[in-house]
Order: sequence, then structure tokens, then C-alpha cells
Amino acid sequence: MLIALFWRDLRRAWGSGALWLPVLFFLLVATAFPFAVGPDAPLLQRAGGGMVWVAALLAALLPIDRLVRPDRDAGVLDQLAVRGVADEVIAAVKILAHAIGFGLPLLIALFPASALLAQDAGRVETLATGIAIAIPALASLAVLSASLTAGLKGGNAIGGLLVLPLAVPLLIFGAGMLDPSGRGAIKLLAAVSLLLTVIGPFAAGAALRGLRE
Amino acid sequence: MTELLRLDRVACVRGDRLLFEGLTLALNRGEALWLRGPNGAGKSSLIRVAAGLLRASAGTVERFGRVALIDEAAALDAELPLRRALDFWARVDTVDGHTVDRAMEAMALHPLAEVPVSMLSTGQRKRAAMVRVIASSAPIWLLDEPANGMDDAAQARLVAAVATHRANGGAVLLASHFALGIPDLAELDMGALA
Repeated sequence: MLIALFWRDLRRAWGSGALWLPVLFFLLVATAFPFAVGPDAPLLQRAGGGMVWVAALLAALLPIDRLVRPDRDAGVLDQLAVRGVADEVIAAVKILAHAIGFGLPLLIALFPASALLAQDAGRVETLATGIAIAIPALASLAVLSASLTAGLKGGNAIGGLLVLPLAVPLLIFGAGMLDPSGRGAIKLLAAVSLLLTVIGPFAAGAALRGLRE
Repeated sequence: MTELLRLDRVACVRGDRLLFEGLTLALNRGEALWLRGPNGAGKSSLIRVAAGLLRASAGTVERFGRVALIDEAAALDAELPLRRALDFWARVDTVDGHTVDRAMEAMALHPLAEVPVSMLSTGQRKRAAMVRVIASSAPIWLLDEPANGMDDAAQARLVAAVATHRANGGAVLLASHFALGIPDLAELDMGALA
């Protein structure tokens, strides 16, 4: 049954085309940035890594509106609750599906984006490692904020505001990995990511329960 | 144990309004109860309390078996063909394809199996939701306005499905503002409780 839920979420993410929007947005930012700061390769290389992180974070916030709200409006969440499926389990499945549905294309898009921002091979590797570590946490935050705002009108903007402060540690340690002196950053990034990923299903589950009242 | 659903001295408050209190009812195998009353009397809220979706402000709700629910949302993915949308719930309920086939037969939906859910009319969508309920093979049916938008033929099929379900030992709690013509139906007037 959980597998059916997981495939449904993944199919809806990939089937609707909504998945490509965040990835396109991510690439768009990477394309626009060199135009804005000029084609100075050393400058692009220094600033570009941080830009990739900001773009990845903002891209993760884009699909918040379609993660939980359509299921609530269609009555799918109610039907699952009637069948005794725990809200935490629904949230965990949604996080997993979002992490794979959004994370994989993002990782692939990372390579052209890095090329546009004049990142060399070593930095691309660091970026890919960091973002791969952060993806479960980003998915967890996205589902959490989607659950919290599914009952609100215009929840999308509020959803972004909710997530941003929680995602700041990911940004700091993720971009910190690019600094040659930041050797411990990867461990801190992994620790923050683990914490957010573990909290996500419980917090989002509580939010889903609140939607029914 | 023939009892499937028991509500004991249940009260429900929505916002700051008391919808009902001290409501006690029991449904045994083969029984059906019609919740009647005007709009806003609390029929839908009582259905949601019975389903466990809404916490009762007081009293206890006990269910002795799985529950199938119809409310205003069909819970079928709009972009999928009807059959695949129903198959999703069949997988969740771990029932096989034949059960879905039989349920579609009962509601005469076979000709529409390949039509996307978004193209269905209101009445057809209600019939599809009814297929989901029949196919779930849950003993307790909670039906909130199941006949909305259904034509006479579909209503007759709904009544027949309810009769079959009761004959097989299921129970039905029905909220509707009009009588559907279900034989041997107990009544609870929610309008008289307020």
C-alpha cells in the first residue's frame, strides 16, 4: 500500500510536467547570473558556487503548492485517514517521493548549471556531494511547509517564508564546503540534513492532522 | 459480535456552534440508518465523526471493522482514466481487479473505464466514488449525500448496492436530505436534535 502511495506521488510529480519547472528555474538562475555580474571567470567561479546553492534552495520551494493541497482538496488525505494510515507515514512517503522526484533531476541539472558558472571539476564534485546530502532535508522542509499552508489561501508565499529560516543552516554549511578552509562543513551539513529529515515526517504529520479539524 | 459501529453520548462543536450532543446510536450487521434533516443540521459532521476524521467534543466512537466513506470529494485522480484511478484505491485496500470489475458492473461504469476522471459528470463521479466504496469490501459504509447528481437509474443501482451490502452483513450510515427508497431503513432526524 505504501508503494502504491509512493508511485502515485512520483507519477503525479513527473507526469504533470510540474517537475520540470523547478529544474528550469534552477537553470534559468544559473544562466542569468553570468549576464548580471559579467563574464569574469575568476569572479564567477568564486561567487557561482553560492549562487548554485541559493538557486537550488529557491527551486525546492517552487513546487510547495502542489505537494499537499491537491490531495487535501480531492479528499485523498481523508480517504487515507479513514483507512487508518498514520499522518506521519503519509508525510514520510511524500518526503521520499519528493526527494527522488525533485532531487534526481536537480542533481542532473547541476552539471550544466555549474558549467555556466565556471565551476571546475573539483568544485562541481563538492557541489554535487553537498546538494545530494541536502536534498532529503530540502524535501522534508518542502513537505512540512506544504502541509502547514495547505489550508491557507495564497499559502505558497507564506510557505517560502516558513522554510527559508530553517534552510539557512543548509545554505551556510553547504556553501561553506566550497571554502578550502571549511573542512568540517560537510559533517555539519550532514548533521543538519539528518536533523531536518528526521523532524520532517513528524512535524508534517501533525500539520496534516491539523488540516482535518 | 454483530455490532459494527457505536456512538455513545457524542457531541460535536463546529466553530462555536454546538451541532448536537448526547447522540447515541449503534449499527449492527445488516442495518442501515438514515440521517435526515435540513442543511446545517450536522449530518456531514456526524458522518465525519463516525469516520474518525473529526474528533467528537464529548462521548466515544467505536468502529468494529474497516470503513468506506463517500463525501463531497471523489478522491480520484482527475488526470487518470477512471479504471486506473480506481485501481489505485484497490491497491491501497489490497483488493484484486475482479472486485473492482464487479463493483464497476454494479454501478454500470464499464463503458467509461478509459475516460479520464476529469471528463466525468457530477453524477458519474458519484457513481465512481460508489465503486470505490463497494470495491473496498469494508463492512461499514458511511455515505454522505451519495446520490447527489445521480439520475434515477443510478439511484436504483445505489439502492441495490446498499441492499447487497446489507445482505452480506454490512452496515450503512446514510446522510441525505431526501429518501432514496431504501427498504427497511431506520431514521434519525438530526433537525429534531438541535
